[in-house]
Amino acid sequence: MDKPGNRAAAPVIEFRDVEKAFGDNVVLHDLNFSVAKGDRVTLIGPSGSGKTTILRLVMTLEEATGGYIFIDGEPLTHEERNGKRVERSKKDQKRIRQRIGMVFQQFNLFPNMTVLENIIEAPVHVLGQSKSEAGTKARELLEKVGLADKADAHPTSLSGGQQQRVAIARALAMDPEILLLDEVTSALDPEIVGEVLAILRNIAETTDITMLIVTHEMQFARDVSNRVLMFDGGKIVEEAAPEVMFSSPKHQRTQDFLHAVLGDADGTIGTH
Amino acid sequence: MIPAAFEWHSETVWDVLPTLLEQFLKVTLVVTVLSTLIAAVLGLVIAMVMRISPRPVAGTVKWIANFIRMTPIVVQLLFAYYTFLSLDALTIGVIVFGIHYSTYMSEVYRAGIDAVPKGQWEATTALSMSTRRTWTAVVIPQALRATIPALGNYAVSMFKDTPFLLVIGVVELVNAGLIYGGNTYRYIEPLTLVGVIFLLASYPTSLLIGRLEKRLAFNT
Repeated sequence: MDKPGNRAAAPVIEFRDVEKAFGDNVVLHDLNFSVAKGDRVTLIGPSGSGKTTILRLVMTLEEATGGYIFIDGEPLTHEERNGKRVERSKKDQKRIRQRIGMVFQQFNLFPNMTVLENIIEAPVHVLGQSKSEAGTKARELLEKVGLADKADAHPTSLSGGQQQRVAIARALAMDPEILLLDEVTSALDPEIVGEVLAILRNIAETTDITMLIVTHEMQFARDVSNRVLMFDGGKIVEEAAPEVMFSSPKHQRTQDFLHAVLGDADGTIGTH
Repeated sequence: MIPAAFEWHSETVWDVLPTLLEQFLKVTLVVTVLSTLIAAVLGLVIAMVMRISPRPVAGTVKWIANFIRMTPIVVQLLFAYYTFLSLDALTIGVIVFGIHYSTYMSEVYRAGIDAVPKGQWEATTALSMSTRRTWTAVVIPQALRATIPALGNYAVSMFKDTPFLLVIGVVELVNAGLIYGGNTYRYIEPLTLVGVIFLLASYPTSLLIGRLEKRLAFNT
């Protein structure tokens, strides 16, 4: 695989001096980082460190209060015009947003639709695919997440793990360039976390979708990602490849955090 | 001669019943159904306008809705009746009841819309769904499910308010009973029947609402 730096094209995601404040509470401070095509970047750090906010900014669920976010080199919500920060049109924002998919902690499936209807909703009504075309692809995706027999079920009749797998299929049905995974296993019972992570590993192996991941599953982060960013207090404290980050973190703050979440004496996790 | 109280003439019952039933079907029921439809649609429109339009528009609509809600329906009926003289009383009744109850139903819808979890809205954004699809495919179906019982109760409540139509001379159920009494000096039988008819109509309606509620539930 290409090293991110070797790509001539613009980064898939770029944060430039991004600031996000909720009232007086500044969550992100002059944040700068970029993600190359095919990168799998995991954001780790204590809760309240701004990781989830980053995903929500990319998905336009929140609006940055300063700076610029670029998707494929194009400004996402705001651009600089004559030295001023101005909001882009909703139409432009929507066009760019279509390349981004998100899987939520709470699944957020539509309970008034069947599993299949959930998956084909956006392909049919946003991308303009025919129902049969979208349906065929949806069934393939359901096969992929191991729920081929649940197409006509209602989400409320599924377990949490099954719902999350449907949510993954729903996000993939839009063929996103970028997939945002926001603590996708945090609401699941421990014994079904594995089935969801297995599917995500498979997606990571078989596609070149750029992924931005917020998770507390450090083994998963280690298996799937090629970069790990450690956040604290709205800033990147440390960045490293997972092998390095999880075995020999440099920053004290990272060491403390990994100790706390892994419960290990040395704060590292082994390869397998 | 004025008859003594509690004197029950069963022949009067058979005499007045057909008239009462006719006015019930032709007026009370028609007004209830048409006004409920108007109120249900207009109420949803009001709730949506308050949610998505810019503040001045939403504020104005809210003010008008409050004004309508805070004035008695009898006053509104009389006001509309003497303002729009070219319209017949029944049409006035249908429109006034529809508008009056739409302001109540809009509050029910608003609560239903507010009850749709934030995550649902976020999912529609994440899927780049249009505003129209967001409302018609996600928000309204979910909001409706929560609001059907309350909307149904308002429909029943409107049904029981239809006797107010007599102030503008509409011969609905109660007015038909009063007219019969005026002509025959027999009030007890027609008014008892009026009460029984209202009861017999309200009860199945509430059963119907319960059924609709079940049908709209998600897990089937």
